[in-house]
Amino acid sequence: MNLQTTITPTSKEQSPSLPWGRWAIRSVALSYLAFVLIIPLLVILQDGLREGLAEFWRQITLPAAWDALKLTLWTSTVMTVINTIMGTLTAFVLVRFDFPGKTILNGIIDLPLAIPTLVTGVMLVILFGPQEALGSWLKEQFDFSVMFAPPGIILALLFLTFPFVVRSVQPVLMELDLSQERAAATLGASGWTIFHRIILPPLTLPVITGALLSFARAIGEFGSIVIVAGNIPFRSQTAAVYVFGEVESENRLGASAVSIVMVAIAFGLLMFADYLRKRSKTKKEPV
Amino acid sequence: MSITSSSRTTLTKVQSPLLAWLDNNKGKWTGWILITLVVLYIAFLILTPIIALTFGAFENGFGAILSSLNKPEIFVAFWNTLWISLLVVIIHTIFGTLVAWVFVRHRFPGRDLINGLVDMPFAVSPVVAGYMLLLLFGRNGLLAPVIEALGIQVAFALPGMVLATMFVTMPFMIRELIPVLEAFDTRQEKAAATLGANSWQTFWRVTFPALRWGMIYGITLTFARALGEFGAVLVIGGGVQGRTETATLFIYRALDERQYIGAYSAALALGLFSLILVLGSDWLRRRKH
Repeated sequence: MNLQTTITPTSKEQSPSLPWGRWAIRSVALSYLAFVLIIPLLVILQDGLREGLAEFWRQITLPAAWDALKLTLWTSTVMTVINTIMGTLTAFVLVRFDFPGKTILNGIIDLPLAIPTLVTGVMLVILFGPQEALGSWLKEQFDFSVMFAPPGIILALLFLTFPFVVRSVQPVLMELDLSQERAAATLGASGWTIFHRIILPPLTLPVITGALLSFARAIGEFGSIVIVAGNIPFRSQTAAVYVFGEVESENRLGASAVSIVMVAIAFGLLMFADYLRKRSKTKKEPV
Repeated sequence: MSITSSSRTTLTKVQSPLLAWLDNNKGKWTGWILITLVVLYIAFLILTPIIALTFGAFENGFGAILSSLNKPEIFVAFWNTLWISLLVVIIHTIFGTLVAWVFVRHRFPGRDLINGLVDMPFAVSPVVAGYMLLLLFGRNGLLAPVIEALGIQVAFALPGMVLATMFVTMPFMIRELIPVLEAFDTRQEKAAATLGANSWQTFWRVTFPALRWGMIYGITLTFARALGEFGAVLVIGGGVQGRTETATLFIYRALDERQYIGAYSAALALGLFSLILVLGSDWLRRRKH
């Protein structure tokens, strides 16, 4: 996903068109963005802060809200760690090895992007639901429940963010200059030394970007989680599910306050990912 | 998003010293262990759930699927999903192209910030997206007087669901088109202009053909995302059976009411449709290149 393709400020000459036409196009485009995107984002800010900061703080530190935010953050963090390791490994295996079925495997990685997240939730219920074979077996043998518990949340998040790290790392890995590795090998470096001294450093940035995107995407996930984890306060209620509950019970302040926290986290993460990408771009092409 | 665009170029054998190291003596098994690990992980994480859904839906045979899906309110739900998605795709194709164009070709203050904001729907929770619209158009919403004066209902009605789906699918078209427009050589446009084409002819004959593939991909992604939208349309639409219920909202309700076969088969149908859409356009693109 080409999220945040930073626009390079080139001095490309403008296309030939009349000045009023340019203004018309620009104002139409910007009003569209304002209407669909910016006004809704501002409204939530205004609504959550209308009773002042103290009330905003009180709403997000209510035990149920605070717990939901904490659960969201730690499950997303666990997911991001696993996804970063497995995603990087998958990209590495796909770029550097040849094995039967590689093309198919590469195609499968994108499936989560094509499957509605609610359907993902349904799939996991069929696998791990308390009445299903696997779910009840895990429960009886190990007293381990996936449904209505954090493991289910993490599993759902892993499923739907799997492509992000892989697709962020893969192209960079493909462009790596093999002559450096050859030089290292000639100088007697072992496979492991080659890996962590030569291959890993240029991968740091795409790995972090992929991890940030996974995390940002996970914070707001609702469809799969509401099915997998249900809506049990203090146990399996994530921030998105909490907001949903507060909207349903018409607690506007609570819903808006937690929404603001989520939007702020999302905004911060995306801006950070954008900054990293810009920095890598200027590093690569010194002007 | 470059679905598998990367894979095509890598199928030739990579001559890496690391591979050579892995091929001889002690590293020989490391490679196979890594491959097995990745294959098992993907099989467990992605394939098993998909297979489970297929088996879950077919548990009582094909007849059970048909009879559980053959209900008027399910047709309404799928029809709602389909037309909302189509409408959103059309709107984003037109306005998304305009926005991408303005971002690449125009310079104005605040451009970088707005460009960053375009990605927000990707990370903002769908529930929050629906809730934002509720704050705008709901009973005590900011725009409620305007809406009432105009005599249209947005919240708990289909227009609100269209808006919610628009918010959620916003980035796809723009993000697909910006790189294509950036790579596009404007000299072609200048040549066309020199030859006497007006700006509309230049766009239609020169720029548009170059954008076509990015557009097809943007449409696919927007469509797939719109089909699967759940949280935002649930909050703003309320999921009234037979009226503001979409396919995803039906699945949710069916699960709640323990109509498992209905929920599973609707989920399978929706997932398959979305999958065929994305794989189909990927296949088209691959054939083209």
